[in-house]
Order: sequence, then structure tokens, then C-alpha cells
Amino acid sequence: MSAKKAGSRLTGVHQLQKHRERYLMYALFLLPAIVFFILAYVLPFEQAIKLSFFEWNGISSTMKFAGLDNFKAIFHDKAYFDSFMFTIKFVLVSTVLVNVIGFALAYIMCGSLKTRNLLRSVFFCPQVIGTLILGYIWQFIFSYAFPQIGERTGIELFMVKWLSRADLAYAALVMVFTWYFSGYLMVIYIAALQGVPDDVLESAQLDGASGFVRLKSIILPVVAPSITANVFLALVTTFKMFDLNVALTKGGPFGSTESIGLHIYNEAFNNRHYGAGSAKGLVFFILIAALTLTQTYIMKKREVDMG
Amino acid sequence: MTQKRYKVSTLVFEAVMLVIAAVYAYPLFLTVINSFKTLPEVMISTAALPEKFSLDNFVTVWKQLDYPVLFLNTLLITVGSVTGIVLFSSMAAYCILRQKTKLTKFVFLVITAAIVIPFQTMMIPLVQVAGRLKLMNSLWGIMLVYWGLGLPFPLFLYHGFMKSMPRDLEEAARIDGCGFIRTFFKIVFPLMQPITTTIVILNVFWIFNDFLMPYIMLGGGEYKTIAIGYYSYFSQYGTKWNLSLAALTIGIVPVFLFYLAAQKKMIKGIMSGAVKS
Repeated sequence: MSAKKAGSRLTGVHQLQKHRERYLMYALFLLPAIVFFILAYVLPFEQAIKLSFFEWNGISSTMKFAGLDNFKAIFHDKAYFDSFMFTIKFVLVSTVLVNVIGFALAYIMCGSLKTRNLLRSVFFCPQVIGTLILGYIWQFIFSYAFPQIGERTGIELFMVKWLSRADLAYAALVMVFTWYFSGYLMVIYIAALQGVPDDVLESAQLDGASGFVRLKSIILPVVAPSITANVFLALVTTFKMFDLNVALTKGGPFGSTESIGLHIYNEAFNNRHYGAGSAKGLVFFILIAALTLTQTYIMKKREVDMG
Repeated sequence: MTQKRYKVSTLVFEAVMLVIAAVYAYPLFLTVINSFKTLPEVMISTAALPEKFSLDNFVTVWKQLDYPVLFLNTLLITVGSVTGIVLFSSMAAYCILRQKTKLTKFVFLVITAAIVIPFQTMMIPLVQVAGRLKLMNSLWGIMLVYWGLGLPFPLFLYHGFMKSMPRDLEEAARIDGCGFIRTFFKIVFPLMQPITTTIVILNVFWIFNDFLMPYIMLGGGEYKTIAIGYYSYFSQYGTKWNLSLAALTIGIVPVFLFYLAAQKKMIKGIMSGAVKS
């Protein structure tokens, strides 16, 4: 007896029992997820909206209604604007870098190298360690290892103080993030590349298609969905960067590398502007949602065009 | 996609890649070797191997940090949170796929949409909500919040995986009179092992290393995690790099051992998860 037939007989006979089972399943299987989701997302989100209309220092029992003041203030807040510009610069450059490097590594790992398993483990390895710890490790590398390498080799790039110059502190964050995240995307790209049909590649090669043509017209269309997913992953991760920021630069020098995440944290927990912090958090959410939705929409459309 | 020919140029390329990999791993290598040195040695000869491998730094840090306590707290939070996340997201995904109603469709849409919500949007009110529900400064409290926070992505992955899973075995069990609870735990859940592995590993890395959430929810209390311990340690002893690096090294070791043990499964798991989603 085929499973399909059996299934339809089941639905035919046990109508009432099925109904009872549905509610039992809701209660036992779905309800826990809903309850914890409400606890962690719905209640705080609702509270964030409420808080954003108030002025509150986090301690006093009274909150002062502020209307849209918190939102209006955002448009004149230079520090928020600066951290926004820094974050955008960081997000765009890092997203491109981690995807290009992740893809290149994956492409190499799918080649004929004998040590590719070892190489793959090495490139994935930073992913295992928390970004807070990595930030501290790199703080050490920039402050002690770099100057010594500089002294020995005479290369100026190693002698400058990376974390005390605005442009270099930015570069340091991009570099460490790329070092950290490329290996993760590499693993996803390897999986995608393994789906590229060998016979098509071989016959293209026999027909004299160059490596570039093969990459552009055979490989890229097949891995397009992974590119969409990886760009999305990179966008969301870079936008939310916090631990690395705290451990490596603390937003300095002079606030030049303060990400939005860190800015909101400081606004709420250090300056005790909970209302303003909530408003900034909401604006931040809308930005991320708008950006990632646009990205997935555009890239999904391109996937279809390419296929 | 695999290429099989091995030429002289490949050998050269292989050597180049190995050098790049060595540079890639060098910062971690430096961290470990410097954690055996004395402070002057760290400052003067950072790149050299230590004159003698002394465990003094580790002993000092172990005591200063109260490392066993930090480790135990972090372990409890990680195990409890990941167990809950796996359980609740897989059960919800099963219910959503087997009862295709307006309600389940709506629940799926809302929960997975939350993937894009940045934690910073909710962290301020979360403190209030958690405070009102008496969840602050408690291991149970932070676990409950992780169960919710960690739900969206695993639900999305389980949903995608389950959709493409054959149903024959499951339906045969149902005909034999097996209830949905037993069917799920005895048949469906074991079949989802590849995606469960992925989800467990990704969430272990996230929660074990997470800093901001525990810092906000447990920061001032008695249940410090490794990440909180490090943060306060660095604000106090940040410039004593011999000790700081020893602290970082013992912080890396547990996750690293987990990585080595799970490595093969993990990379396979992440791959299959990525393909299925």
C-alpha cells in the first residue's frame, strides 16, 4: 500500500480525532515557541515603541511623555549620524570583502589541492572563537606584534599605530572582521560549488570556453542562491557588530569607529537616555529591514534572470 | 565541482596557500605562545618562542578569574539554552508543516521575519520586561530569553529541511496507531539529525561566546559567564598582557576542543543546512 493512499484513508476516517489532535498539537508543539517568542521579541518590541515616545533615565518611576521629540532629535544628532555613516561604510566594504574572499577560498578548496581539508579547517577556525576574545587578541597583535614586525622588516605599514588613527582603526575593524567571517561564508560557498555539474564544465572546457567564461556563465548562475543568502548573512552580521567593536577600538579614536549598535548601547546604558536609545534602536531596525529586503528582492530577481 | 589534475603549478599554488593559511593562523599562534611568557618577555620579544614554558600565568589567571565558576555558568547556560532552542523550534516546525492552517502560516511568517531584528533594538526594553518577570540575574531567566531569541533561524532551517523529508516512515507509524508525540520524537526528530547538528553547533558557538546578552542580564550578579569575566578582567588588567593572553587562551580551549571533536560533522552540517535552506 502506498503512503499516499494510506494518508488519504487516514484523513477520511478520523475526521473528529484529527480535529482534536490539531488543538492538542497547537498546545504542545506550537505554544511553547509562541510563548518564548512573545517574551523575547513581542513584549520588548512593543515596549521599545512605547519607550521611544518617552523621556526616561531608567531609574525614576515616572516617565515624561515626549511625543515625537526622540525621533526628531535623531535628525539633528551628529554622533548618531557619524556612527551611521561609519556603520554603512563598514557594512558595505566588509560585505563585499568577505563574499569575494569567501568565494575565492571556496573555489580554491574545490580544486585539486592535496591539503584542502587542512586549509579549510584553518580558514574556518576564527569562526569558533567569540568576537569579544578575537577583538582582544587583535588589540594585542596591533599594539605589540605589528610594531615589532615593522622594526624588523622596515615596512612602514606595520610601524604606524593602527588603533589610534581614525582611518586605520576603521581599516583594522574591516580587516579583523574579514579575517573572522570569510571562512564561514567559504563553507557555504563550497557546498554550493559542489552542486555545479562536472559534465557541463568539462564539455564547456572542451569547447574552448576560458576559465572566466566558465565562471561567469556556468558556475555563477548555479551558486546565485548562495550568493543571495551569503550577502544577506554578511549584511545582518556587519550591521549588528558589537563585541568586536567593544574589544578592539571601543569606538575610538574620538568616536570615529562607533558602530550604531555601540552608539545605542552607550546612549541607553551609559548616558541613561532610555527613551532616545529606544527611538534610535527602532530607526536602526527599520534601516536593516529596508536594506536586507531590498537586497534579497534585487538579488532574487537577478537569480531568475541568470537562470 | 571538483578538478582532479595535479601539475607542477598546482604544487606551487599549494605552497602559496599554505603560507597564506600560516599567516591566517599566526595571530592565534602568537596569543598562545605569549601566554607562557613573563611580561617583559612579551613586550620585548613578542614573536619569539618563550624561553621556558611556565604555567605561572595560567595559575594566576585561573584564580583571579575564578575560572571554574565562569566555565560552569557558561556551560549551564549554553547547554540549557541550546536544548530548549532545538526542542521548541523543531516541534514548532513540525506543527506548522503538519497543520497547514492560517494560524500556523501566520506564526511561521512572524517568527521568521524576526531574523532581521537587531538585538540592539530590543536590548533596552528587554531589561525592563525581564525585570518585571523576575528573570534578571538568574540562570533560568537568561535561558528562557535565549529560548525565545534563538528561535527564528532554527525554525526557518527545520522548516526548510522537514519540507523535503520523505514522509513514508512517519505515515506508516501513524497508521500503526502511533500518536503524533511519539511519531515526532521516535521517527521525525532522529531523521533530522543533519540539520540538528548544524543548529546545535551554530548555537553553541553563539551562546558560549555571547557577551552583550549575559552582560545586560547577569552583569552585576553572581552568575558571571566567561565573556563577562573577560570584559571586566580587561578593564582591570588589560595592560598586563602576559596574564591577559593566558586568560584568552584558556577561554579559547573549551570551544576549540568542541570544534575539533565536531569538526567533520560540523562542516558537513553547515553545508547541508545551507543547501536545504
